[in-house]
Amino acid sequence: MSKTIITVVGKDAVGIIAKVCTYLANNQINVEDISQTIVQGYFNMMMIVDTGASTKPYAAMVAELDELGGAIGVRIRCQREDIFTKMHRI
Amino acid sequence: MINILEVNETNKMIEQEKLDVRTITLGISLLDCCDADLDALNQNIYDKITGLARDLVSTGREIELEYGIPIVNKRISVTPVSLVGGRACRSPEDFVTIAETLDRAARDTGVNFLGGYSAIVSKGMTPNEEALIRSIPAALAATERVCSSVNVGSTKTGINMDAVKLMGEIVRETAEATKERNSIGCAKLVVFCNAPDDNPFMAGAFHGVSEADAIVNVGVSGPGVIKHALEGVRGENFEVLCETVKRTAFKVTRAGQLVAQEASERLGIPFGIVDLSLAPTPSVGDSVAGILEEMGLESVGAPGTTAALALLNDQVKKGGIMASSFVGGLSGAFIPVSEDQGMIDAVNRGALTIEKLEAMTCVCSVGLDMIAIPGDTPASTISGVIADEAAIGMINQKTTAVRLIPVIGKDVGDTVEFGGLLGHAPVQRVNRFGCADFINRGGRIPAPIHSFKN
Repeated sequence: MSKTIITVVGKDAVGIIAKVCTYLANNQINVEDISQTIVQGYFNMMMIVDTGASTKPYAAMVAELDELGGAIGVRIRCQREDIFTKMHRI
Repeated sequence: MINILEVNETNKMIEQEKLDVRTITLGISLLDCCDADLDALNQNIYDKITGLARDLVSTGREIELEYGIPIVNKRISVTPVSLVGGRACRSPEDFVTIAETLDRAARDTGVNFLGGYSAIVSKGMTPNEEALIRSIPAALAATERVCSSVNVGSTKTGINMDAVKLMGEIVRETAEATKERNSIGCAKLVVFCNAPDDNPFMAGAFHGVSEADAIVNVGVSGPGVIKHALEGVRGENFEVLCETVKRTAFKVTRAGQLVAQEASERLGIPFGIVDLSLAPTPSVGDSVAGILEEMGLESVGAPGTTAALALLNDQVKKGGIMASSFVGGLSGAFIPVSEDQGMIDAVNRGALTIEKLEAMTCVCSVGLDMIAIPGDTPASTISGVIADEAAIGMINQKTTAVRLIPVIGKDVGDTVEFGGLLGHAPVQRVNRFGCADFINRGGRIPAPIHSFKN
């Protein structure tokens, strides 16, 4: 239930993963899986995280990650896993 | 476990192909608001709606944020007001006070439309129902968010031609009453045959008497997603084409089902149905006409259009039905003119006429929708169009509807701007030959032979 998918898309740069992971660690959000590719110079990462232990309201996390993305020049989206599993799994 | 390709596919649908949940519509029964005193009735209605829908808009926003899928509209449908106001309303003016109460409740809960200023008169009209119908022009002129609908026929009952005649006049009067704003009142008035009780889409939504006290219905959309999927199968045969529509409709509907269940749980109100309609908007890439043209038509309206729409409508249903535990409402493809840039373009290039649109309504999920016609079109001609559509619905056991806008002061060649989701429309030519003697006969058209199944 508390699984969330974080996607990071944008121009590749040094330290993107580090910055996102630092934010997650500071907010007690556990990373369960990471996959990442670079398509035509564009960084494309997906993380499966568990927000169960986080004290931060969901809306605040979405907003702060969005802001962090803005600061490092990438688009960070944060969505509950269900939207993907419902659509792609029967 | 979900993989990065699947995640990217979903997000591409949302970000580039305009996948969205078109509406969360909260259906509310007003039957327990009935009172003989008009002021008490209005207060009961206001209290019930604002009580139940208090968290509707904020819950919608919450879900939107957490799942990253836009929920474009939050709306309310209520019991047909003709059934609620009967004891207290002595005149059409009394009914207008209810419309004003509904408008205030809609504004205070933050929803953009509230449907149910309606009457179901498919076989006969009670004096209350007639009073409500006669109040529609004033009600739509005095309110901003209230939507009205009248059901004038069904497969089971036949067509109430007295109501059809009256509605031709009411559509004209509504146009006159709102002529300062391009007759926009008519954009909020739908005349139905076989109206469903659980439709979440405006302007025709109402909360039928067969429904529970309150219910959450969700309408999904996504014409852009289907069009994009079809771009990948250009030149392939119909089996591939149909299969692609079906698979895509499945995915789109799953998103709707998820949102419906979440909304129901968070609001503490039971889930009703998902309406899996492809509902276009005026923005680029969100067009049903675009899908039909992607199938291989030079323009919507060309020969082949009806067949293309028929297969689209059917495959959307087939894909969607397995994706949701309860499917209802209108479910199919909408073909409004003013709300679909592809339709507008087709009219402007002379490819799409009202007659072709009528043929298309035999196989789509609704009817002649958001069509601007000359402001001097006689009431009897509008009634004739309504009768034709109702006959198509009655004989084919499907919902049909008419939402025509006779724009006062405008003629063929003019364009009318309605604004926002309602879009803009070129004024279309209507057949100039009369049908007044036919409409003036009065009475009912009996139910068709195939309705006798008992």
